[in-house]
Amino acid sequence: MEEALVNWSRGQFALTAMYHWLFVPLTLGLSFIMAIMETIYYKTGNEKWKKTTQFWMTLFGINFAIGVATGIILEFEFGTNWSNYSWFVGDIFGTPLAVEGIMAFFLESTFIAVMFFGWDKVSKKFHLVSTWLVALGSNLSALWILVANAWMQHPVGMHFNLDTARNEMGNFWEVLLNPTAVDKFLHTISSGYVIGALFVTGISAWYLLNNRHIRFAKKSMMIAAVFGIVSSLFIVVTGDSSGHHISRTQPMKLAAMEGLYEGQEGADLVAIGVLNPNKTLTNDEDAFHFKIAFPRLLSLLAERDADAFVPGMNDLVYGNEEQNIPPTSEKIRKGDMAIQAIKDYREAKENNNDSLAGVHLEKFNKFYHNMGYGYFEDEKEVVPPVALTFYSFHVMVALGFLFVLLFILVIWNTMNDTILSKRYLLKAAVWAIPFGYLASMLGWVVSEVGRQPWTIQDLLPVKMSTSHISTGNVQTTFWIFAVLFTILLIAELSIMIRQIKIGPK
Amino acid sequence: MFETLSHLALQQYWWVIISLLGALLVFLMFVLGGQTLIGQVANTEVQKDMAVNSIGRKWELTFTTLVVFGGAFFASFPIFYATSFGGAYWLWMLILFTFIVQAISYEFRKKPSNFLGQKTYESFLLINGLFGSLLIGMAVGTFFTGAEFSIDQVRITSPGDNIISRWESPLHGLEAATNIQNLLLGLSVFFLARIQGALYFINTIDDETVVGKSRKQLLWNTIPFLLVFLPFMVMLLTGEGFAVNPESGEVYMEPDKYLQNYLQMPVAGIFLLVGVLGVLAGIAITLFRQSNKGIWFTGAGTVFAVLSLFIVAGFNNTAYYPSTFDLQSSLTIQNSSSSHYTLTAMSYVSLLMPVVIGYIWYAWKLMNRKNISAEEMESGEHAY
Repeated sequence: MEEALVNWSRGQFALTAMYHWLFVPLTLGLSFIMAIMETIYYKTGNEKWKKTTQFWMTLFGINFAIGVATGIILEFEFGTNWSNYSWFVGDIFGTPLAVEGIMAFFLESTFIAVMFFGWDKVSKKFHLVSTWLVALGSNLSALWILVANAWMQHPVGMHFNLDTARNEMGNFWEVLLNPTAVDKFLHTISSGYVIGALFVTGISAWYLLNNRHIRFAKKSMMIAAVFGIVSSLFIVVTGDSSGHHISRTQPMKLAAMEGLYEGQEGADLVAIGVLNPNKTLTNDEDAFHFKIAFPRLLSLLAERDADAFVPGMNDLVYGNEEQNIPPTSEKIRKGDMAIQAIKDYREAKENNNDSLAGVHLEKFNKFYHNMGYGYFEDEKEVVPPVALTFYSFHVMVALGFLFVLLFILVIWNTMNDTILSKRYLLKAAVWAIPFGYLASMLGWVVSEVGRQPWTIQDLLPVKMSTSHISTGNVQTTFWIFAVLFTILLIAELSIMIRQIKIGPK
Repeated sequence: MFETLSHLALQQYWWVIISLLGALLVFLMFVLGGQTLIGQVANTEVQKDMAVNSIGRKWELTFTTLVVFGGAFFASFPIFYATSFGGAYWLWMLILFTFIVQAISYEFRKKPSNFLGQKTYESFLLINGLFGSLLIGMAVGTFFTGAEFSIDQVRITSPGDNIISRWESPLHGLEAATNIQNLLLGLSVFFLARIQGALYFINTIDDETVVGKSRKQLLWNTIPFLLVFLPFMVMLLTGEGFAVNPESGEVYMEPDKYLQNYLQMPVAGIFLLVGVLGVLAGIAITLFRQSNKGIWFTGAGTVFAVLSLFIVAGFNNTAYYPSTFDLQSSLTIQNSSSSHYTLTAMSYVSLLMPVVIGYIWYAWKLMNRKNISAEEMESGEHAY
């Protein structure tokens, strides 16, 4: 396929997905924070808590609208720009998207109207339930879309049907309870909770720095920081579990995340490092200009054994007999055979030769799990962009730990009522907001860049997934999206900042 | 329970669900129609606010129904998704662009420092109302008139030329606008959306001017609606259709195919009749009896009429997404659906639909108990 078309299609998906992801995590986290606040209002009847809830709801609404605007395109883009992909896996991938709509989107859209406009129209209790349902709905929607994404990273519960030339679902529960999906869901929503927490903490800190709304800000800050610390701990646990799974399902991604070219027993985990840009798979240069590493920690985290072998990119591309890792060239050969078997099977079927078709079917099933490799010509194609994956991963992790520190300091100082005098901490809390978004975005870069060149791990490369359109068409829509979403983002930020300046009523 | 059904029964069940979602979507397009009427039913700023807030509390429902319609289509008929969305690229992209700008316009319109200004957001609503309804109508028109694509599954085995479903018109969907029947259906949906928008204003707003002007708009949109919808129906019932041989799967042209479908599936004919009568009854009681309940009759009528169109498009051995480039590439509910297993799993999920419809109806009732008034707009409570 034309390389430019593949790249522009990828670029457009990345652009639209990242714009969407600017707004989603806040929805996930803030919806729960609002629901907790409204619960306190419901329990105490204190009008101040109602005003507090309503203020955060105003910001939620502004953010939600643009989240919806940027979200609709993603669902349809699977069809518009990834037609072959939709054909190849639509039988499985469409299901979570449909369930997301039926289970989550209707819940959100119905009760969000009650939440915003129902204060005087429904009972206090019904209103509270509506707010919780909005939180539930937004998180349920995250569940289903992440199940879909996880399936692409680690396809399970399906088989390939040669008669329809596509993968078909064999077990719904395997797709839903895919360990990659469980980790991904928990890790991603907790990152959303941390962003929600950083957002509320940061804005409250800004009020405190300006000596405004002091009581409101302290209350909001405390709830958010506690919510944030709990969520952060959850991120650490689920991040660890993700790493463990990736070592099994996407070892190449793990090697890229760590800049690991040569596999090692008792592999170190890089804490800080500067990659050597001249390093290639085959040359003898050092992979790093500089690094500080925790000894043997990578083996421990990935394999749950400090002495275990963690394969590097070279092992995965060129094979490692000692560790029983086949070279990519062999997988390419098997993939070729799988694809040839499809052709032969269909030819035999056309000639009504069922017994011959059966032979080819058997051959196909033998090589199915390597099918995607058959579309590659060069074994090096299976290596993702190392630097982007490596730096994204390390900056994300470092930021995550800094947020934990921030939440601890905020809770400590709020409890001791010393927060007002800690101006450096308040300033840090304000600055943490954009870094929270950065960390979350980088998480997606690790996940999606790190799994290149696959759309479906081992089964379908990105270059086989596009629609039959000219590059020019995709370029045009790319720029329309870029301009449109940027304008809407500016409008959103401008409105949001203004509302924050106005403050709670 | 569902696993015992045949593949064909599941395919038919899912075509009914898709049809129902499509029908509900067209009913909920009263939001889009209303968006095109804002400037025509309001004199003052407060009246404009009332109109915006009336439909503004339902826009997310329409939007969500569109998204679920897409998602359900993907899950149950993924081959349509791969073929139509990836092929009629510009038609779908234009539709999506108009919904993107809709989604922020209600919320941002009156907010201070909104960068683009209130007028821009209102023009976004107008654009979405006009083109969203028109283009979706045209896209559905191609279910009867066909599109230019070809399908070859063996392409998956050739790395160089690998895309199974290929669009054969360089216009990528815009060519739908060159077909008069598509245009007539697009305009029908547009005027119907406006009719429903006016009826919804009448149903939910306490303001003599807005209601009076909405009545006038109702009349002025019913006439063009009939002038485009009737010719569409005449063309549909007298033209050729895309028939499928149930034995061989071969697609061929059959004279009066859709008329035959109506005759051979009386339920579709009855739905059409009930639908058209419902739409007209809603209009009539509003215009001649000063009722404000017209939206319910017209809305229900819309649902029935659209359902009947989907039924004749897909049932009775008919190709619902025909290819005029290569007849044998045409999509039928049998050759474009998900597997038996997936449709079964999805059918269990579909059991949630009554629950969903139930809570939507309940919340709707609660939220619409009190009509929108000028006092509410000026009370300082949350409003768009």
